[in-house]
Amino acid sequence: MQRYSALSLLRGGLNGQKSWQRAWRDPAPKSHYDVIIIGGGGHGLATAYYLAKVHGIRNVAVLERGWIGGGNTGRNTTIVRSNYRQPALHNLFEFSLKLWEGMSDDLNYNVMFSQRGAMFLGHSDSDMIRLAERGDAMRAAGIDAEFMTMDQLRKKLPLLDLSDKARYPIVGALNQPRGGTARHDAVAWGYARAADALGVDVIQNCEVLGIDRVGGKVTGVQTTRGPIGADRVGICVAGNSGQVAAMADLRLPIESHLLQAFVSEPVKPMVDMVIMSQSIHAYVSQSDKGEIVMGGDPDLYPTYSQRGRPDRIEGVAGQCIALFPALSRLRMLRSWAGTTDMSFDGSPIIGTTPVEGLYLNGGWCYGGFKATPASGWTYAYTLAKGEPHALNAPFSLDRFETGATIDETGAGPMPHHR
Amino acid sequence: MLLIACPNCGPRAQAEFTFERPLASIVTPTETLPDLIHKLFTRENPRGPSWELWRHTYGCAGWLKVHRDTHNHQISAALPVDMETPS
Ligand SMILES: Cc1cc2nc3c(=O)[nH]c(=O)nc-3n(C[C@H](O)[C@H](O)[C@H](O)COP(=O)(O)OP(=O)(O)OC[C@H]3O[C@@H](n4cnc5c(N)ncnc54)[C@H](O)[C@@H]3O)c2cc1C
Ligand SMILES: [Zn+2]
Repeated sequence: MQRYSALSLLRGGLNGQKSWQRAWRDPAPKSHYDVIIIGGGGHGLATAYYLAKVHGIRNVAVLERGWIGGGNTGRNTTIVRSNYRQPALHNLFEFSLKLWEGMSDDLNYNVMFSQRGAMFLGHSDSDMIRLAERGDAMRAAGIDAEFMTMDQLRKKLPLLDLSDKARYPIVGALNQPRGGTARHDAVAWGYARAADALGVDVIQNCEVLGIDRVGGKVTGVQTTRGPIGADRVGICVAGNSGQVAAMADLRLPIESHLLQAFVSEPVKPMVDMVIMSQSIHAYVSQSDKGEIVMGGDPDLYPTYSQRGRPDRIEGVAGQCIALFPALSRLRMLRSWAGTTDMSFDGSPIIGTTPVEGLYLNGGWCYGGFKATPASGWTYAYTLAKGEPHALNAPFSLDRFETGATIDETGAGPMPHHR
Repeated sequence: MLLIACPNCGPRAQAEFTFERPLASIVTPTETLPDLIHKLFTRENPRGPSWELWRHTYGCAGWLKVHRDTHNHQISAALPVDMETPS
């Protein structure tokens, strides 16, 4: 692998950018692999990278039906944080955050991870109690969390509507200073390039159509580029989890819904951190290009269309404008949607399945981008050892039958969690 | 946005409705444990046409059965909730 450095940039500048190599190969599928990962999103690519790097398993293929990062990895609002209350969740996401902090160096690829702070606004006494409980749980686990007073908010975010007349009156906030954003495409490309350098085959335009089993054990997959044998197969396809698991006659506790996001025209810096809210589901940040990135509630009905409903755009824009009135002057540039794999407790599933040799990573709902490195790390461990790592053991597929769900919002079996 | 024909009110915008759950996932008091798990958690999650339970929340507040394709969004039927579902 040609390493990127300040010097290589300089050299590129001087020779008309002719010295760059392909970032990863375009290999034809081999007839057999030790491990096949279905799905070339950030999670699948990270899994392949850690399989090769940490476990020395390099005869690995990542099969992607379109182009890598073209799923939710390239559609999300890039918020990275570990401010969860439940230990199973904050342990996993904090492990992830630590990997994010070293990711650009580790991959030799600038993922533009920007720890600008991720803040939840509180709008009432009960919001503040819940935020305090969450902050306490985080600090007890050694995770950064700080309460913000109104004076601090006024200084930090002058454009926020902090008046008494605000549609959503703000009374305080909980900030995680180490939270922030990253460049989502770079995460997919960086992991693909680093995995490829260790011998992993990243195979695009290769859709998995079937999962082969003999005597209840996985032997490979059928694809649009022919059959490919494998000792172990890992599903990692986000919104399509149910469809792919059905190829092995499994039914998952997942419903596929849509989440949309929007960006405005680019403007000068006006919001220098990620703003979310405890009571309303709207979030605002500003991209490095200056666009205001906004998101909110999912579309709340099952669909695979990747086309969002327009009334949601209006609703989310209304909420964001109520928080930041100055946003009303901006024009919307683009909106898009991704099919998210909503689990029935709002938490992911990473682990073994009843089919020998078949593993599952899914159910990330609308919060899996921040988990990309930890998801890959723990899934690689699970695929290598045949059993879960301590961090993903609580996120087993059978927890719904046993009642050991991990339900951060206590909402019960509804695919509508935040 | 979908245009859903409420049996009581006629065609109305999706914004007036809420999706409740797949029709096959309505839980009855006499459910066996495996059926209960299927209905609450391991649902079919189809990519294609299926029957669903919706509510005209911001209209007549009535429940309705909708036959809808989760891929191309086509709605082929919207029936009162007490009407027999064609097989
Ligand atoms: C609008 C939106 C905003 C979001 N915002 C955030 C956020 O701010 N923070 C956060 O943490 N998370 C966020 N998320 C969630 C996050 O994007 C996902 O949880 C995460 O990216 C999932 O990564 P993945 O690699 O599992 O999935 P994907 O990137 O979707 O990758 C799955 C891949 O599998 C491929 N595939 C599917 N079926 C097959 C098949 N049969 N054969 C071969 N390949 C197949 C797909 O083409 C796809 O590329 C958001 C999601 C959306 C949609
Ligand atoms: Zn009606």
